[in-house]
Amino acid sequence: MNAGTKFAIGAVLIVGSVGYLMASGIKETGQYFLTPSELAQKVSADPSFYDLGMKVGARVVPGTVEKETATQTLRFHITDGTVSYPVVFRGLPPDTFTDSVEVVVEGRLQRDGVIHATDVLAKCGSRYEAVPKA
Amino acid sequence: MTLLGNLALWLAFLMGLWGAVTGFAGGLQGRTDLQRSARQAVFAMFAALVVAVICLEVAIFQHDFNVAYVAGRTSRNLPTFYLWSALYSGQEGSLLFWATVLSLFATLAQVLTSARHRAYLPFVAAVTCVVAAFFISVMLFAPANPFARLPYTPVDGAGMNPQLQNPGMVFHPPMLYLGYISITIPFAFAIAALMSKKLDVDWLVAIRKWTLLSWLFLSIGLLIGMWWAYVELGWGGYWAWDPVENVALLPWLTMTAFLHSVMIQEKRGMLKKWNLALILSSWLLSIFGTFITRSGVIASVHSFTQSNVGYFFLGFLLLAVPATFVLYAKRLPLLEAESTLESMVSREASFLFNNLLFLGIAFSVLWGTMFPILSEWVKGTKVTVGPPFFNQVNIPLGLALLALTGIGPLIAWRRASIPNLRRQFAVPATSGVFVLLILLVAGMRDFGALMAIALGGFVMGTVTQEFARGTSARHRQYGEPLALAALRLVGRNRRRYGGYIVHTGMVLLFVAFAGMAFKTETQATLRPGESVTLRSPYGHVYTFTHVSVSQYDALNRRVTAALVEVSRDGKHMGRLKTEKRQHVDALGRNTFEPSTEVGIRSGLREDLYVVLGGLVNGTEQAVYRFTINPLVWWVWAGGYVLVFGGLIVLWPGGGPPAVRRTQAGYAVKLEAK
Repeated sequence: MNAGTKFAIGAVLIVGSVGYLMASGIKETGQYFLTPSELAQKVSADPSFYDLGMKVGARVVPGTVEKETATQTLRFHITDGTVSYPVVFRGLPPDTFTDSVEVVVEGRLQRDGVIHATDVLAKCGSRYEAVPKA
Repeated sequence: MTLLGNLALWLAFLMGLWGAVTGFAGGLQGRTDLQRSARQAVFAMFAALVVAVICLEVAIFQHDFNVAYVAGRTSRNLPTFYLWSALYSGQEGSLLFWATVLSLFATLAQVLTSARHRAYLPFVAAVTCVVAAFFISVMLFAPANPFARLPYTPVDGAGMNPQLQNPGMVFHPPMLYLGYISITIPFAFAIAALMSKKLDVDWLVAIRKWTLLSWLFLSIGLLIGMWWAYVELGWGGYWAWDPVENVALLPWLTMTAFLHSVMIQEKRGMLKKWNLALILSSWLLSIFGTFITRSGVIASVHSFTQSNVGYFFLGFLLLAVPATFVLYAKRLPLLEAESTLESMVSREASFLFNNLLFLGIAFSVLWGTMFPILSEWVKGTKVTVGPPFFNQVNIPLGLALLALTGIGPLIAWRRASIPNLRRQFAVPATSGVFVLLILLVAGMRDFGALMAIALGGFVMGTVTQEFARGTSARHRQYGEPLALAALRLVGRNRRRYGGYIVHTGMVLLFVAFAGMAFKTETQATLRPGESVTLRSPYGHVYTFTHVSVSQYDALNRRVTAALVEVSRDGKHMGRLKTEKRQHVDALGRNTFEPSTEVGIRSGLREDLYVVLGGLVNGTEQAVYRFTINPLVWWVWAGGYVLVFGGLIVLWPGGGPPAVRRTQAGYAVKLEAK
């Protein structure tokens, strides 16, 4: 067997393990990224979407944010305009979290209809650029 | 000022177009008058862009809030330091900054390139002009014009995002941009070589230093970005596998691969196609990264406001990718290898595997970053992958790469013999096993961390052995004292030993990454006097006691500061301060959301990292997050070592030519061909 063939075998091994690592990585750690409407649709079609780790991207409904600093609990509603879900999160929200900000909620929708979040990411549309006030 | 700025932009744009036309035409037809004209167009474009930058800075420093860019990014009470960085803290300004730096590099490439490589210069001028003209066209036509005026004049500007008001943020974007932008120069040389069909070893020499330079800038940019994320964002880490971080890492990976595989081409005349493809794709990845960052197609904390700037970049990519590919494909017959692989156990083979691993990492990072979009296209549902995916895939690949870092330098070129291998591997392998045993005895059980540090020991064994052998050889041969011999060894073989210093930096980084496996944290709500304890991975018990809260006004912000007293195993260690800052404008109105200042106590073994979450209903009761981050200090130390090694490799000169030819092994073969 010449060196080129041996190298090709090594290369196939490396490429194969990269492929395997990626496929298994996506299978084990991939999460659905849904809007509230998509989530409602999925749940009604397939109840196994309850208690499944996922990310939900939506907007915080203004006026629904309740902060309980003592227990570090944050409650708010998120919506995409048509469907809205209540969210419970224990922990420190990011600096950019405010009323009506766009958020990505990572967590599980429980049977009680509440999303129990393990992480809340706030995405401010004008994160680095504020709008000048007249 | 805006009128002059606009004129300068237009002038630069026209110069860019002219330089592109004359450069390509002059290069292809061999007309020296056109070639000279292209060269002068580059200089004129650079001059015009400098005028535009000055205009924008003047507007910023004069607080001309009628200019939308100035009103949107600065305010009267913004510290002077950050007025400078306002130039590139927003979309429009950073485009101007980008174009200007590119034209600076283009100018340097014209001026500094040695006479031997003159034939490439018209094409290099043309390519850099095309790219610069594209960036200027985005400002003029997207439009993202930094000189656009508002219909009214605000009393005060909106101010700069507080998270950008950090020294790291003043240096991080320009460094990253310098890295991103300077890739255009090796790319331009590659295109020049392809177009002029001068694909001998010469173009490699012209390209290698430029690639090394942008690799170094990009490394510094990434490191400062990590530092900024760590001290400013307050989530407790320095790398989050965020899409914007990932796309900045991609060209770094392909360039690192290139800097290794280029040695095989110099020494053995192999891998020509591969090297060229790496350079071309590094540049395409840098434009791709700019597109991802500026278009907002993938949700990221770093995103700029969504705008049609993204479409411009997408359009540019859609033109550049096929154009590059077609040119490359047409020249493939000229890129046949001059020799073949002789043995699996050879330096060449280890470099080839190293390249495959770099590409594997790059591909998986690209795939993971694009996965939300890809899955939506294919299956109609967005599926995202996060840090667990990137860690799961890249930890094994990274460890394999680290192993090769130790193996590569030990194996001879062409074919290594068994006695040779035994002689080479004895010390490094022993040192790796030794480190592993110490860690096991100390009680470390995390597989990834064990492997990372043990392989680190192996690589350090290799590096030390190389230095020791080289030094003692000089000592014997020339009778130099050991210290002088070591210094001369590095000085006369900058590429080789500078490279080993870079490897040392990488080992430190890997050890630091391994430390993050042992991160511990806790959250607590404390009244003054109350405390919480946290056990460090080394077995010490830290006690954090909430001391007091104070509120006061500073320059452009209202500060809520909380004091924490720290003790280790009952022994007093000092106090840490953490703040919540509400930034205000000159009229005292709130601007932006409150931001966090992290309290950090950095040490060789671990960092204490304290974040103030907030106060309970305005009382002195505070919510904290306490984190112990082991070995973070070594990230920055490794970064310094890596940059130092890079500078040694890059430093010009290296003794008179005769010495250089005998010492730098790679140059010998070069001259011989």
